[in-house]
Amino acid sequence: MNAPEPAPEVTTRSGADDAVVRLRDARLAFGDRTLWSGLDLDVAPGEYLAVLGSNGTGKTSFLRVLLGLLPLTSGTVRVNGTRPRAAAARVGYVPQQRGFPARTPLRARDLVAQGVDGHHWGIRLHPRRVHRTVDELLERVGATDYADAPVGVLSGGEQQRLRVAQALAADPTLVLCDEALLSLDLHHQHVVSELVHEQRERSGCAVVFVTHDVNPIIEHVDRILYLANGSFRIGTPDQVLRSDVFSELYGTRIEVLRSNGRILVAGRPDSSHHTDSPEELIP
Amino acid sequence: MSLAAIDWNSLFGSVFVFDNYGELLSLLRNSVWAGAVLGLVGGLVGTFVMMRDLAFSVHGIAELSFAGAAAALLIGADVVTGSLVGSVLAALIMGFMGLRAREGNSFVGVLMPFGLGLGILFLSLYEGRSSNKFSLLTGQIVSVSSLQLTSMIVLSVVVLATLLVVWRPLTFASTDPLVAQAKGLPMRSLAIVFMVVLGISVAMSVQIVGALLVLALLITPAAAAMNLTSSPARTVVLSVVFAELAMVGGILLALGGNVPISPYVTTISFAVWLVSRCVRAVRERSSSYRRTTTPRSTTPLGAGGAVQNRTRTAAGSTLSEAGSGPSRSPSP
Repeated sequence: MNAPEPAPEVTTRSGADDAVVRLRDARLAFGDRTLWSGLDLDVAPGEYLAVLGSNGTGKTSFLRVLLGLLPLTSGTVRVNGTRPRAAAARVGYVPQQRGFPARTPLRARDLVAQGVDGHHWGIRLHPRRVHRTVDELLERVGATDYADAPVGVLSGGEQQRLRVAQALAADPTLVLCDEALLSLDLHHQHVVSELVHEQRERSGCAVVFVTHDVNPIIEHVDRILYLANGSFRIGTPDQVLRSDVFSELYGTRIEVLRSNGRILVAGRPDSSHHTDSPEELIP
Repeated sequence: MSLAAIDWNSLFGSVFVFDNYGELLSLLRNSVWAGAVLGLVGGLVGTFVMMRDLAFSVHGIAELSFAGAAAALLIGADVVTGSLVGSVLAALIMGFMGLRAREGNSFVGVLMPFGLGLGILFLSLYEGRSSNKFSLLTGQIVSVSSLQLTSMIVLSVVVLATLLVVWRPLTFASTDPLVAQAKGLPMRSLAIVFMVVLGISVAMSVQIVGALLVLALLITPAAAAMNLTSSPARTVVLSVVFAELAMVGGILLALGGNVPISPYVTTISFAVWLVSRCVRAVRERSSSYRRTTTPRSTTPLGAGGAVQNRTRTAAGSTLSEAGSGPSRSPSP
């Protein structure tokens, strides 16, 4: 049993009733390999949760569970108090930056517009209304200047800004970021990270950020879910990012160093980066 | 007078024939209407084919549609029904088997020669008019019966109605599958629905332009449109306009002669694409929006992103200035 200390109910900011994400005794296994089990977690509105861990520990699977794309092996998951699938309309999703084929017939504004009404059936009946909404969203993320540029020619940083705008289009209660800063340079990591933080402050949505590198977001993070070797730890950065916690998780001597505000882990068995292919999410 | 000149004249004379054109036009009105209907369907479906990168599947479906039509010809059944059954069946199999592009392509590659082989077998067993055989592959010499036209109109209404219903989710799922899936869109069902729509469209096209040349109708107009614009709405409109131009224009040119429709259609189609490609090249040279030379999708671990972003970051400019600079990316 990997019950986290302290119990999650105690650490949530507000009452458990309005939790955006609620996991109870959640277990995820592929075949006889258990990624994690006994996971109890409440994410409160406005809370920023970072999901960390090395490859193959079930970070992305955790996100897929919250998106309703992957069922738990056992236990329950609730998003906005309902099934993840039913909650999908109010969940914003910021994927890893991947780029578009050069001739994709979408402009920046069309990508955001798909976040507004792309999931509705039929054709768009109120193009002007959608246009206005998209303009506001582009303004919010500072992407107005390339609103009409084809998505195929945008830089990674520009694309991720649009992704944030697209996620915000749902007026989300929960924003899920899947390695959203990967393949961006440091400057744009900072820009996009700030953007996610700002939108959380502004709309009060919760953020669950899956990442292999916590440093770009560390100043915003309230709690960390650290997955390793089939077990996990939940707590504030100061409770989790510690040499003794890591050494226990990995069963070997590991140093967590703090240098100039950055977290460095020395001796972690598998510190390779997380780069899943787009196919992994498609059944 | 050289011999070559005489040959050239007679060649020209058999390709472009406009004797009694008015009479022919009224006689063969059906064909023109069929072309118009087909242009509309081809232009619309083509944009989704391009977005979903299904060009190869279209070709594969067409070969199986040909096999179905040949089988129908052999057993004396309705050829239209035969090609429809063949292509919808093929489309469904592809839809269920290969939802991922990579697997899908190899699967199509396996299926396609089998379909073509079957078709050739049926045709060689068939003992009727040989022009029937040829027209399935390369398109027919103008003759669309009222019955054929009616069935085409019914089928295109089905295709158009379905497309209208799934328009936004299908566009979303085709251009941005990861996020569309996260949004809860039924990716699999959308893929299957589109494959059925595609199957019907291919079967219709096979009637007129022939199994081997379906791509000229279902790919080329959309590809030309995408050369000229990246606005989704404009892409669709242009694609339909180009497809109509090729189909109706091709049929009008073909009316008098004894050459099949398809060479006219494919030539116009190709010419339009060529012009669009040149326009794109000229525009990109004097472009107001930036170009990039490296595909950014496959670059792992920030290396690519860093390279792409370096120009802007190094210049100390913020993202908001990005739109104004003409071609700041490194030249090819």
